[in-house]
Amino acid sequence: MRMWAQSLLICRRSPRRHSVMAAAFAFILLIVVGASPRASALPAFARKYGLRCSACHESWPMLNFFGQKFKDNGYQLMNDRDAPIWQNPGYWPVTFRITPIWHRVSTNKVATDQSLSGEQKITSSGFDLSGLDFHTGGTLEKNFSFYVLPSSDPTASFHFETVMARLDNIGSSPWLNVKFGKFELDNLLSEKRILTLTGNGGIYQLYHFIPANDGNIFGQMGDNQLGVEVMGHSANDRTRYSVSLLSSNDGQVGLPYGAESYSTFITGSQAFDAGKLGVDRLGFYVMAGEAPTSWLTGPSGGGPNGVIPGSGGNNRGYSREGFVGQFYFGPHIDATVVTQHGEDSAWFGQGYGDYADGMAPNNYVPGVSALPAGSRNPTWNGVLIEPHYVVNPQMILLGRYETIRMSQQSTPGTPSNLGNITSYTVGYRYNPFMTSRAGFAYHGEYNWWHQDGTAPDNTTNLTSSELLFGIDFDF
Amino acid sequence: MNSLRPRRLTGAILFTSVIAVLLVAGLATLASAQDEPLVGPKPPVAVKPMESHIGNLTGHAADAKSDYRRYCAGCHGVYGDGNGENAVWLDPKPRNFTLATFKCRSTLTGTLPIDEDLYNSIARGFTNSNMPPWNTFTKQQRADLVAYIKIFSPRWEKEKAGEPIKIPPEPPVTIESISHGQALFAKLECWKCHGTHGEGDGPSAATLTDSQDQPIRPYNFAGGGNDSRFKCGSTNQDIYKIFMTGVDGTPMPSFADVIQPNDAWDLVHFLRTLQVHRHGKENEVLMAAHGVIPPYVDKNAAPTAAPADNKAPGGGQ
Repeated sequence: MRMWAQSLLICRRSPRRHSVMAAAFAFILLIVVGASPRASALPAFARKYGLRCSACHESWPMLNFFGQKFKDNGYQLMNDRDAPIWQNPGYWPVTFRITPIWHRVSTNKVATDQSLSGEQKITSSGFDLSGLDFHTGGTLEKNFSFYVLPSSDPTASFHFETVMARLDNIGSSPWLNVKFGKFELDNLLSEKRILTLTGNGGIYQLYHFIPANDGNIFGQMGDNQLGVEVMGHSANDRTRYSVSLLSSNDGQVGLPYGAESYSTFITGSQAFDAGKLGVDRLGFYVMAGEAPTSWLTGPSGGGPNGVIPGSGGNNRGYSREGFVGQFYFGPHIDATVVTQHGEDSAWFGQGYGDYADGMAPNNYVPGVSALPAGSRNPTWNGVLIEPHYVVNPQMILLGRYETIRMSQQSTPGTPSNLGNITSYTVGYRYNPFMTSRAGFAYHGEYNWWHQDGTAPDNTTNLTSSELLFGIDFDF
Repeated sequence: MNSLRPRRLTGAILFTSVIAVLLVAGLATLASAQDEPLVGPKPPVAVKPMESHIGNLTGHAADAKSDYRRYCAGCHGVYGDGNGENAVWLDPKPRNFTLATFKCRSTLTGTLPIDEDLYNSIARGFTNSNMPPWNTFTKQQRADLVAYIKIFSPRWEKEKAGEPIKIPPEPPVTIESISHGQALFAKLECWKCHGTHGEGDGPSAATLTDSQDQPIRPYNFAGGGNDSRFKCGSTNQDIYKIFMTGVDGTPMPSFADVIQPNDAWDLVHFLRTLQVHRHGKENEVLMAAHGVIPPYVDKNAAPTAAPADNKAPGGGQ
């Protein structure tokens, strides 16, 4: 389901296709709304250990520090009852999650044939559904954990969002754990555990940003990726690190892209006991890698451009790096801050990259293709701030401000603000009960999203807003 | 244009109605977001102004109200009576704070623990139970929770905590100390519950109940690996404390009036050899003696009788 959300952002990078893409915008947005709010809250874990959801979640699905430690330990409390042999044989760690919603989506400029100006505002509202997730995870044996997440869009078309096995506490040390498969990157602010559900508010823009006209879809740290992760942490989880080696395929199975293109994702953080304020954490992340820009095409190829799967080559580089801060100001108020500086190769900036899916318009041909004079690496900076007010363990009020500003466009002369994003989100989640058996939340949210210069006419700004109410439940 | 107005009006009315209904629903949830459960018994209305003192930290019960609900009440119950919604599924049962009887203390049996005992218990968790180590809490959170636990029993207002026992320095581990410990293990009839090889399978094991008539199992020394823990800690000092203070609320008595401190250390050394998968100095000494514990010869008394099954208690051999 995450693919729908990312496609929304990817679509915005090419003004040349904006007329088509914007026409589909409202429709896609409706789908995205239902598709994007996927996260990992697992009453199956609560049932296993007899803990309330609130023990691990600040407000489910967002983890608190105890829940993060539980996850870092391989879904183990590190007591004597982590192995499944302690469970009733009938216990099977499965949880489903789905969210019936009502929402109103409005987009200020959508290309239409009926409008004299060629574009008009479209507003839709109605009752809707999210997709369906089946979470299953836990331990196969003490210190052998797993997670499998078949996930569907609202039409019940499934894919594997997560499939991973993990060796935990290798050598009886929490400093060495190895995860293998498809998994969420070790983002301290987890998009899979996001508290918001709208199409644009239900993702972190920072985790998916791609400049306008850019052809690189592979640097999306919000998407689950295929690879191997080594991570470690101190016994109380105050100190954490992780290093991942990933295929540069944005989590797509079947080796559809480059033959030898890899990325890495590195994180580190340190938490501090801040007395009555709580536990505060500071960390960093770096995602850097290479992805293909040239593709072989032919009659046996698939996709929009007849690309032969796995034939990608002539890799170019990209990077995303930033800092993360989790700040607690007593038992009720906290805020998470994430920064990002991003850079793509000038080749990506000029529309080379994911030609295989038709997302990049250009296919690099060795000896023939050349960068336009003056082309530069596109760079940008962004920040997101997400404050929470935890009224009590059952009720949370939340907000988010995100802004991304281009610091260098790939093509000289391009408006400096082309592709800039600003997004505001506010909302609440209320859990009328707290048990170890199920999760249930009344959810209300409003998101306003704005991007410079990407309206169908290629010069004006695109704005959308969404109001959403729903009942989010899992069991 | 005019013909569109009624439709717009209808749409506006419909939209406003939907928003109104949903907002009212949202506000209703806000209004009902009281800091207490919607079903079941209500927690104490007013939190007593209890305090805890751990080093320089002062914990305040009122500051832990939310944390107790979030982390503890599911098992220990909103009234602290060990009757949370999960309690029926748990074995052993969660601690009943209304009795103010605690297993892990540094104080003599029957007395209240010092605040630090409870503070350490929260961070350490309890092996062989569902109580996890809550070591992600801040020190202040733990101190506040210790204070909160006190609101459930009037004992904390009427009694002072006991005096911590004195733990003398640990003597060197020798094969003689292990041998003496083995003799004490037999003499004090530890094997009746813990089994001759410390596997928790003594002849009395199946009959044991705690002070609330719940079945309880004796500790299995031989289970677990190199990092196995005891309920009240993992160090030799912790083991010493366990049998000198007793585990209140369980059949495990205090031996403070029965054995001398040096004898207690010998017993510690022997108990460590029952942890056959543990790499420690006690098992190293035993290995150096080819895995055989020589019979203890008391120069002042007759040799101790062997246990009923005529097997020498011990492990590591």
